[in-house]
Amino acid sequence: MRSYAELDALALREETVSGRRSAAQNVAECFARIEALDRELGVFLSTERARAEQRATELDAGRAHGESAGALFGVPIAFKSNFCLEGFESNCGSKILAGWRAPYTATVAQRLVDAGAIPVGMTNMDEFAMGSSSENSAFQLTRNPWARERTPGGSSSGSAVAVAAGMVPLAFGSDTGGSVRQPAALCGIHGFKPSWGRVSRYGLVAFGSSLDQISPFARSVRDLELAMQLISGRDECDATCMDLDALQPIVPDDEQSLAGVRIGVPREYLPASLPAEVAREVRAALAVLQRLGAEIREVSLPHTEYAIPCYYVVAMAEASSNLARYEGVRYGARVEGSGSLQSMFAATRGAGFGAEVKRRILLGTYVLSEGYHDEWYGRALKVRSLIARDFEQAFEEVDLVAGPTSPTPAFALGERSSDPVAMYLADALTVPANLAGLPAISTPCGFTSSAPRLPIGLQLIGPMRADARVLRVARAFEAATEHAQQRPPLATGAAR
Amino acid sequence: MKLVDSAYVSQKTGKRWIPVIGLEVHCQLKTRTKLFCSCEYRFGASPNSLTCPVCTGQPGALPVLNEEALVLAVRAALALGAQIASASRFDRKNYFYCDLPKGYQISQFDRPYCKGGGIELSSGRRVRLARIHMEEDAGKAIHDRGEFTLVDLNRAGVPLIESVTEADLESAAEAQEYLSALKEILQYTGASDCDMEKGSLRCDVNVSVHPPGERWRTKVEVKNLNSFRYVGAAIEHEIARQVAAYESEDPAQYPVQETRLYDPQRNQTRSMRGKESAHDYRYMPDPDLPLVQIDAAFLERQRAHLPELPAARRERYEKQFGLTALEAGVLASERAVADYFEAVTRASGRPKEASNWIQNELLRWVGDAELGVTRFDELQLRPSELAEVIELVEKGTIPNQAGRKLLREMAKSGRPAKLLVKELGLEQVQDLAQIEEWCRTALVGKEKIIADVKAGKDAALNALLGPVMKLSGGSANAALVRETLRRLIAQMG
Repeated sequence: MRSYAELDALALREETVSGRRSAAQNVAECFARIEALDRELGVFLSTERARAEQRATELDAGRAHGESAGALFGVPIAFKSNFCLEGFESNCGSKILAGWRAPYTATVAQRLVDAGAIPVGMTNMDEFAMGSSSENSAFQLTRNPWARERTPGGSSSGSAVAVAAGMVPLAFGSDTGGSVRQPAALCGIHGFKPSWGRVSRYGLVAFGSSLDQISPFARSVRDLELAMQLISGRDECDATCMDLDALQPIVPDDEQSLAGVRIGVPREYLPASLPAEVAREVRAALAVLQRLGAEIREVSLPHTEYAIPCYYVVAMAEASSNLARYEGVRYGARVEGSGSLQSMFAATRGAGFGAEVKRRILLGTYVLSEGYHDEWYGRALKVRSLIARDFEQAFEEVDLVAGPTSPTPAFALGERSSDPVAMYLADALTVPANLAGLPAISTPCGFTSSAPRLPIGLQLIGPMRADARVLRVARAFEAATEHAQQRPPLATGAAR
Repeated sequence: MKLVDSAYVSQKTGKRWIPVIGLEVHCQLKTRTKLFCSCEYRFGASPNSLTCPVCTGQPGALPVLNEEALVLAVRAALALGAQIASASRFDRKNYFYCDLPKGYQISQFDRPYCKGGGIELSSGRRVRLARIHMEEDAGKAIHDRGEFTLVDLNRAGVPLIESVTEADLESAAEAQEYLSALKEILQYTGASDCDMEKGSLRCDVNVSVHPPGERWRTKVEVKNLNSFRYVGAAIEHEIARQVAAYESEDPAQYPVQETRLYDPQRNQTRSMRGKESAHDYRYMPDPDLPLVQIDAAFLERQRAHLPELPAARRERYEKQFGLTALEAGVLASERAVADYFEAVTRASGRPKEASNWIQNELLRWVGDAELGVTRFDELQLRPSELAEVIELVEKGTIPNQAGRKLLREMAKSGRPAKLLVKELGLEQVQDLAQIEEWCRTALVGKEKIIADVKAGKDAALNALLGPVMKLSGGSANAALVRETLRRLIAQMG
C-alpha cells in the first residue's frame, strides 16, 4: 500500500471508500505529517485537529451506515487563511485580523465539505495576499521544501507547501496576480487559476476583486479537474459568478495525443534576460508538447511590458477600497487612539497593517484621488483592455499560450524583501492572465541543474472560459513526463 | 414670460433677488429585504438584530442586487417620466465613518439607472430631474449615550433612490409643492412610504441668490431637514442670509461654497464643512456587481404596473364625478384613499356621498387612539361596507346621525351593518305615537317659539328639532318630527 503522502486526492478517496483506509486514519496521518514537518516549513497558521477528527468520525460512521461517499470522501484539505470557514481563524496573515474567527463559510469551502473533504487548518500567506514570498506574513515565514533558505513563492505560500510536502493532497489558495501559479511553480506542483467568474468568491477575503480567483493546488492534474468540478458554478451569493460551460472530465483514451492543438509561445515571455535554466526547461517542455502532436508557433503579446504597472495600479486601487473595512469598529484589532473616531481608525490601521499593505493602500488611494484618477486608474483600465485584446488576437491563431510561470526559480528568503519592485517583477508573467480574466495553469516542467535542485513551472494560458482545454493539455504533458512525480527531500519522523 | 413674484425683495434695500434652488431627495424603497442581502428592515427593530455578513461588511462577503429594489426604482422613475438606461453601473463611494460597514457606500456615480423626467407644479412650471440613482443606506451612529458612540447597522444596506433636480425652483413654497408631489408619486407607485418621521424620505437643498438678469452665484448646500416645514424654513432663512451677506457689500462676508446644517430650534443654518474639506470619495466601479441591464420587456412589465397617477385622478374626479377641486385633491393625494373612494363609488354608484363620508368620517379616524389606526389603509372597513351604510342612509332606513355611529361601530368591531343596526336600535322611528310623545315633551315651556311659529316664522321650528332628536337618541325620522311639531303647534290654543 502506498503511503498517505504519496497518494493524490482521487487515489486517497478510492482507498478510503473501498475500506482499505478510513477517514479517521487519513486525518491521523495528515496530522502526523504536519507535526513532523511544520515546525521547519511554517505551513499552518492554525490547525483544527479536533474538528477534523470529529468530521472524520462522522464520515466513517455515515459510511458504515451505507451513506454514499462524496467525491472527496475522507480527503484532508487545507485553505489559505483568507478563506472564511465558520469558527476557523481567517486572519489573512495580518495582525489586524489576528484571532478573528469567521462567522460564516465560503461557498467553495462548503461545496468541498459537502463532497466529504475534511478541512484540517488554515495556511500561511503574505498579508492580505500581497506578496510573492511569504515574507509579508505578519506571523511567520514559510520555507520551500526543496531548499529551506528559499521562498516557496506567494502569496498562497502555506497551501502550496502543504501539498508539495504531502501534508494534504489538495489545498486552496487565491490567485490575484499569480499567487497560486507562482508558488506552484516554485514548489514543483500544479496550480490552476480558473477563468474569472467561474468560481464563487463568496467568503474569500477580497484583495483585488476584479482579479481575485480561488484556485486549487494539487499533485496531479486530475485532482485539479476534480476540484474544479466541485467548486465551479453559479452561486446566489456572488453576482459575478456564472455558469460557464461545464467542465467535462478529460477523455482518457485520447490523453497522449495533442494532435491539432496549436500552442503559441509569446516572444515577450522568453526574453533574453530569462535565466538559462528556466529557458532550457521551458523549451524542453515545448518540445514534449510538439512530440505529443501539438503545433508550436511564436506569437506576440505586445503590451506585456505594461502588465506589471497596469496590474499594480488596478490591484492597489481595489485593495485601498477593499481594506477600508478594517478600522476596528466591528471586528479584529482595535487601538483606541486619542479619543476621536478618526484617531481610532488611524491608530488601528497604523498598528494592524504591515508595511507592504500600507504601501498598497496609500498608492491605491492616490491613484483614485481627484485629479489623479484619470491619469492613473483610468489609464490603467485602458491598458488592461489592451492586454486583454492582445490575448484575443493571439487566440485567433492559437489554442493556448505557453511560457514560464515565473522568470526565476525560488529565490532566497530576504533577497528581495527590501526591494518591492524586484518582488513585483516575480509576477511579470502571471499577472496578464489575471488582467484578462483567463484560465491558466502552472505545471512542473523540470528542475535547475545547479544545486540546490529547484523546480521550474510551465504556464499554459487559455482563452476565456476554456478552462477544460488548459487542463486537458496539462494532463497530457503530465502523463508524458516525470516532473510532477518528483518529491522534495523531506526528513519526516517516519523516515528517520 | 417669467413671473416676477418669485423674486425675494430685500427689506433693507428694497432690491430684488432671484433665488435658485435645487433639491436632492433620498427615499427608502419599500422592499421586503435590503438592497444587497436578504435581511429584512423594520423601523424601530432592536439594534443590530436585522443584519448578516453582507450588511455588516464581514470580510469576504459580497453584495447581490435585490431584484425587487430594481423593480420599485424603475417604477418610480417611469412615474416621474425619466428615461431608464439600458445599462447602468454600481460604484463605490469611499469614505470612513463608523456607521459605514465596508468603508464605502455602494452607489451609482457616472452611470445612474435613469436620467431626466420631472414634475409639473400647479403654476404650470416644470421642475426637471437631472437624474435618479440607486444606493444603499448607511447604519446609524448614536452619540448621546454617555462616553461611547453606539452603532446600529439595521439600516445599513437599505435601498434608497436619490433624485436630484435641476436648479429649477425659486421659492420655499415651490420646494414644498415639489416635495409633496414627489411624495405622492412615490407612494402611488408603491416605491416608498415617504415617511419623513421614520427617515424614509430625506431632503437636502442647494440654494443661491442673484440679482435679476445676472449670472448665478455661489451655491450653498443645507442638510438636516426632517420635515417639509423645515425645508421651507431653511430655504427662507438661507435666502435671507445670503441676500444680507451680499448686501453687506463686504466680499469677506459673501456666501462661500459649503455645506450648512439647519438648526430647527433656532431656525438658522450653520456651517458644517467648507469646500476645501469636502470629501474626495474616490469613486470606482464596484467589481463585485455586474452592470445592471434593463431590457425593453422588463420596462414594459413595469410600465404595466404603474397606477393612474394623482394628477390624472384629480382631473378625472372633477370631470367624471363632479367633485370640487378641493375634494378631488384630498381624495387623490393618497393612493389608498383614492383606490378606496373608487371602490365605494363602484359599489354604491354615489361618488358625491362616497367622497363626503370618506372625508367627513374615515379620514378623521386616522390617528384616533380608540380605533388604533395610524394610517388610512389600516382601517378595518371594506369599501362595500361603507357603500352599504350610504345606501341605508340614502334610503332613509337609518338617519344620517345613526349612520355615522354605525360606521364607527363597524370599524371598531368588524361586525356587519345589519346586525349592528338592530343591536344598537338605529332604525328610524316612524311610530307617530312615539314621535308625538317626544314632541310634546320638547314643547313644554317653549311658548316664545310656539308664538313665533304661529306668527309664520317656520324657521323657529329648527330650535325644537334638536331637542326632539336628542330625546329620540337620533333615531326619529326628521321629516315626521317636523310635521308632528307643526301639527301640535297648530292645535294649540
